[in-house]
Amino acid sequence: MSWMEDLLLLGIGGIAVSVYGVVAGLLLLGIDRKLVARMQARIGPPIRQPFVDVQKLFTKQNIVPEHAVAWLFNGAPVVALVSSLVILLYLPIGSIPPVLSGYGDLILIMYLLTIPALALVAGGFSSGSPYATVGAQREMVTMISYELPLAIVFIAIAWRMSADGIGDPFSLVTIMQYPLWGLVGPLGLIGGLILLFILLLVTPAELSRIPFDTPEAETELAGGLLVEYSGKNLAMFYTAQGVKTLVMASILIALFLPWNPSGLLGLGGILAAGIDIAFFLLKLVVVVFASVTLVRAMVARFRITQVVGMYWLFLGLMGIIALILLGIDAIGGA
Amino acid sequence: MNTGGKPGTVPYTVPIGPVHPALKEPVMFTFKMNGEVVESVDFAPGQTHRGIEWMGMRRNPVQIVHLTDRICGICGVSHSLAFARAVEQIMGIDVPARADYVRTIVAELERIQSHLLWAGVAVHELGFDSLFYLAWRVREESMDVIEYITGNRVNYGIVQIGGVRRDITEEQYPRIKRCLTYYRDLQDKLFHLFMNDASIRMRCRDHGVLSREEAIKLCVVGPTARASGVKMDVRVDYPYSAYGDMEIEPVMPDAILGETRGDVYDRIVVRLVEIGQSVEIIQQCLDHMPDGPVMWESKYPKLLSACKKAAGEAVGRHEAPRGEVLHYVRMDGQEAPATWKVKGSSYSNLISWPVMLKGEQIADIPIIVASIDPCLSCTDRVAVIRGGRREVMTKEELTRLSIEKTRRLKG
Repeated sequence: MSWMEDLLLLGIGGIAVSVYGVVAGLLLLGIDRKLVARMQARIGPPIRQPFVDVQKLFTKQNIVPEHAVAWLFNGAPVVALVSSLVILLYLPIGSIPPVLSGYGDLILIMYLLTIPALALVAGGFSSGSPYATVGAQREMVTMISYELPLAIVFIAIAWRMSADGIGDPFSLVTIMQYPLWGLVGPLGLIGGLILLFILLLVTPAELSRIPFDTPEAETELAGGLLVEYSGKNLAMFYTAQGVKTLVMASILIALFLPWNPSGLLGLGGILAAGIDIAFFLLKLVVVVFASVTLVRAMVARFRITQVVGMYWLFLGLMGIIALILLGIDAIGGA
Repeated sequence: MNTGGKPGTVPYTVPIGPVHPALKEPVMFTFKMNGEVVESVDFAPGQTHRGIEWMGMRRNPVQIVHLTDRICGICGVSHSLAFARAVEQIMGIDVPARADYVRTIVAELERIQSHLLWAGVAVHELGFDSLFYLAWRVREESMDVIEYITGNRVNYGIVQIGGVRRDITEEQYPRIKRCLTYYRDLQDKLFHLFMNDASIRMRCRDHGVLSREEAIKLCVVGPTARASGVKMDVRVDYPYSAYGDMEIEPVMPDAILGETRGDVYDRIVVRLVEIGQSVEIIQQCLDHMPDGPVMWESKYPKLLSACKKAAGEAVGRHEAPRGEVLHYVRMDGQEAPATWKVKGSSYSNLISWPVMLKGEQIADIPIIVASIDPCLSCTDRVAVIRGGRREVMTKEELTRLSIEKTRRLKG
């Protein structure tokens, strides 16, 4: 009977995480919009605005363009939303371990992260619009660009842990148990900070936000990838955007800011979980503010060639420096 | 959506317009693209033709002045000033000195608000919305003062044939001076924010280049020409209104940056510095305001009967924020003018788009298109539509039509 219980738990957990993913994701988008508005001296929309938007989009007509490949065009938003929700199943929430803990690790997450982007690309190409085609090409190039620094971050952390003889270093549960900051000396600390910086800069590209919103680029491509999308398909892409924001922030928290206050306060049981989740949500807002809101209020959009140059040369180089620093630290410490 | 060639072939066609988020007014672009790079461009203006000249030919000059206010929402005073100056030359009116000063003040305030509006739009095209909101917020100060002087924020309705409709009184000086101080204090900050920002520099330097030779060949005007190193400014070259009394020099990029590259960055610099120049011109005007009336003839029936007697032709010019605007008027003793031709400043500048855009990336299209500050409602004077279809007229056809019309006019 045990496997049936597991399956039941998994089902309930999956539904709960999906609801949490959609609600928290849209909430993060709302907070981001409000904060950026305040920084631009605007009043901004109410925080519940993304919910209103999605609700309205679901009631609107869903138009499939004449030249579109209909099954792919309609399928892409579902794939994008579902795949981003699946990543959440592998990520811890506060002190609650991931629903699918033990079934997948950082490597799997890295592969899963490409699926929403690939769904966007497929949707863009299948819509038959030249704007979306250009947007899809740019999305692919952006993806290729940020994969290298992202991989360096994941591998550097796992490698540093394995150097200290910690088993299963790619598992998020392990990483949560042994925060990077506790393992390293001063050199490794600098390396870790560089890795944090890299991940903060990869996040806006992963989420197609300014200055890396070249695939959507409102003033250039009129929305690019999403230009032909409307109604419930657009609502699903928009929700997926929220979930992706949540996913990226959760990954960053799991890797670099894994602390929970319940241990410090000496609490236990349901109260501890509650406080941890509240603290986790607070961390989410801070991370989104630092990596998305602040960045997009500060700079102009880059050209696609500049995006590639920045990720491969600048961030790639910094990643290697961080790796070397961590390496020296590991040899010195061991 | 692929309008030219088979899908999937190079170069492929990207249509931008007639309505597109990168364009603030309707114009139709057809880009031949190779990947992200522009191979060639064609554009078709005339999408916002409203028949203003046609309306004007059925009205008297006093009515037309208010029609010219509505040619463009940004350069409201530029068109009415150019038109009034054309009619005044035909009628031989000597505009009172005080009216000239009031006209200059309003024209320069308009330049300030227009350049700030443009600066906001330009950074919005780059995706830099924080700066866009800042530019538009500080623009409000000049809009407030324009409203304070003329009574209107947009269609000022201040210029009249032979003068201005409202005087600027002594009590109004402090408010205007407060506005000048506001912009003087802001000048350095604005310049720093726009010119020293790494992402703006990355996107604008050496993009959308228009060389001095091309600028002269294509007869571009205003800040677009000055940014390419062509030293021209109607206010300096052919002083009118109060500009003859002022100390002004055309704003050139090499005087500020030490070199002229003729790129988007230079065009931003020229416009930002011109805001400061306008502030100083208004200051000089306020310091040397002559006394006297502001209308050549304040009784409208008298003015109208004088208009009716006028015969002859003249060209009125004004340096609008976007460059020289030109009104040609011919009157032959009738109530309405026999001919009225408007040439907006953008008409001269649009033609530089294909040169600037060639070889650039898609990403640079919006900012390059915006960099000449196109005003299409100023430009669009004609749209040829026959049997429900839009037609393009060739040069030969136009020449033939002109010759026919001249013959017809000669009788």
